[in-house]
Amino acid sequence: MTFLSGGAAESFGVPAWNGGKLMIDMLNKGELPAPYDQKGFGGMMIEAIEIDEAGGATKQVQEFRNLVQREKVDAVLGYVSSGDCLAVPPVAEELKAFLVLYDCGTPRVFEEGSYNYVFRTAAHAAMDNISLAKYMTSRGIKVGTFAGVNQDYAWGHDSWADFVASMGVLMPDAKATTSLFPKIFAGQYGTEISAVMREKPDLLHSSLWGGDLQAFMLQASARGIHKRMQIALAAGDHVIPQLGQKMPDGIILGARGMNGLAAHAKGGELVDLLWDRYKAEYGVFPVQAPFRMWQGLLGVKAAVEKAMKANGGKKPTAEQMAAAMKGLTWEAPSGTITMALGNGHQAIQPNAIGTTKWDEAAGEMTLVDVEYYDAECVNPPNGIKAVDWIKAGFPGAKCN
Amino acid sequence: MDLILVILVDGLIYGAWLFIVSVGLTLVFGVLGILNLAHGSLYAIGAYSTATAVGIYFAYGGDAFPLGSYAVMALAALLVAVVIAPLLERGLLRHFYHRDEVIGVLVTYGVFLILEDAIKLIWGVDPLFVYEPYDLLGMVEAGPLFYVAYDFLVIAVSAVTGFAVWYFLNRTRRGKVMLAVIHDREMSQTMGVNVDKVFLLAFGAGVFLAAFGGALTAPMISVSPGIGVNVIIVAFAVIIIGGLGSIEGAALGAVMVGISRAASVHLMPELELFIIYFVMAVVLIFRPEGIFVRTQTRKI
Repeated sequence: MTFLSGGAAESFGVPAWNGGKLMIDMLNKGELPAPYDQKGFGGMMIEAIEIDEAGGATKQVQEFRNLVQREKVDAVLGYVSSGDCLAVPPVAEELKAFLVLYDCGTPRVFEEGSYNYVFRTAAHAAMDNISLAKYMTSRGIKVGTFAGVNQDYAWGHDSWADFVASMGVLMPDAKATTSLFPKIFAGQYGTEISAVMREKPDLLHSSLWGGDLQAFMLQASARGIHKRMQIALAAGDHVIPQLGQKMPDGIILGARGMNGLAAHAKGGELVDLLWDRYKAEYGVFPVQAPFRMWQGLLGVKAAVEKAMKANGGKKPTAEQMAAAMKGLTWEAPSGTITMALGNGHQAIQPNAIGTTKWDEAAGEMTLVDVEYYDAECVNPPNGIKAVDWIKAGFPGAKCN
Repeated sequence: MDLILVILVDGLIYGAWLFIVSVGLTLVFGVLGILNLAHGSLYAIGAYSTATAVGIYFAYGGDAFPLGSYAVMALAALLVAVVIAPLLERGLLRHFYHRDEVIGVLVTYGVFLILEDAIKLIWGVDPLFVYEPYDLLGMVEAGPLFYVAYDFLVIAVSAVTGFAVWYFLNRTRRGKVMLAVIHDREMSQTMGVNVDKVFLLAFGAGVFLAAFGGALTAPMISVSPGIGVNVIIVAFAVIIIGGLGSIEGAALGAVMVGISRAASVHLMPELELFIIYFVMAVVLIFRPEGIFVRTQTRKI
């Protein structure tokens, strides 16, 4: 379940599903390195049904019921939209169906709810902005004032709130000035750019995504905004394949995890294999979305095979898969994933922030000055809400 | 003083863009009496066609004369009008001219849904970029800020377009015939006016203006599915403020919305979304039919 049409399709849904199809094919052929070299899930071939996430939460609840009750699927992996991630889990509990949320960012799923059959294999969004604030301190970037341009819905407001709270702890002298919230899919940002340029902050924070971020960067870079202030994009890596050199050098960039260019910069057998295969198949490098799909699929594989082992090698039930996934740790292209929050149902993962630099010789964008953050450095401990953890000054954070 | 200048410049830039994307909508309503919900899709098709055409232009030697891309943008919009307008107007809309206005809204909503899917079938879901025309003219210093000169080109094009439409309607024989059709369709027909031809011409002009709005916008944005949806909402606000069917009203409405929004973003950003509809509500309280619509006698 992911966006195959609509505003989130080209940035998240389609790249994620491209990555998903690629990995399912490689898993069924046993082409991944150990510990994922057993074909399919524990020798069982994976058969995927793709459903478009577009259409709103009510439609997704119905689609979920169809998948579980008519199609009799063993597991559902899906949802980019936070609205869908909040709407579907109660239905999964009602139907006792194994559900893995692979992408959405809202912390509310497990901070406000408790489920037996529902898991989220990606960290929630607080990590993105905590890491961004930490990057300012660790790279010695001077920030006297900072402004924000974020979309006018939960994602934008939460991102800005997390960033302001994190800066309040890490750089208490830095002052938040302008905070603008243009509506989602606005397309025109001329006035917002003027307002920020007139304010002249040292730093501009944005969690814009997709076409909004592309339009904003086209309009802002044409006016030279990046020469007048530091720009930090909480989740901006996914627009690089489309923007290319129109994304200026020197932009601080997150990817909602150690994904995309940051993962490639670190390298490793699994990352390099998937990176090359994805590029060969689709002609672009994998951004954050396929990485989250991959860590979701590998998490399900690890849980299924663990459950099968406990079940004498037989196909596990939803209850057995859920029991196996609770508190599970596995290796993904984006680092070590641990189901550490939400009583073993919500993942934490490492993060990375870097700075854009165009490689003239290779003709492609790279990330330089990449800082890597351990999962327990930028994610709250179990039982405490992210925003409370930030405001308390990150108690118990384990940073190397 | 600087702040007032910045608000005026930002407001005019946004207002000019609003006018160019809403003038076709008001023209079609004025002549055909149809509130064309497919206007946003026609805007999107104009943007896609421009992205494709300008992309081809630069791929085949356009770098030698980059200013030619502006002509390509206009031609792409014209092509959209020439292909789509007769298909829609002759093939579909003419069957609904004598029906209730609500039927026209439902029909064009259906067209909107079909065109949105057609866009995805033709161009896919990946975004297109055509930023070359945006950068061509460099930057302009206005008060304390720098602006992209292209934004001022949009103001100029918008002003010329508005004047041209006004001049055509009020100072040319064909335009006066069109006004006659607006005022009394049956009487015009009785006097020998080929009303079908007038309708096709007006709808073609409306489609061209929608596509031209998309063409002018394409270099500033990521051309991707759904770009027409938001445009139609704000375009409706503009033409309701100005008065449905009024070109002057669309111009005044666009400037009012543009400057109000700019003032809000600079002074009270939390009211940015509210301010457009606040302006609309205030206008409708005092002028329920919009600023430029005169009270009309009702035929019995």
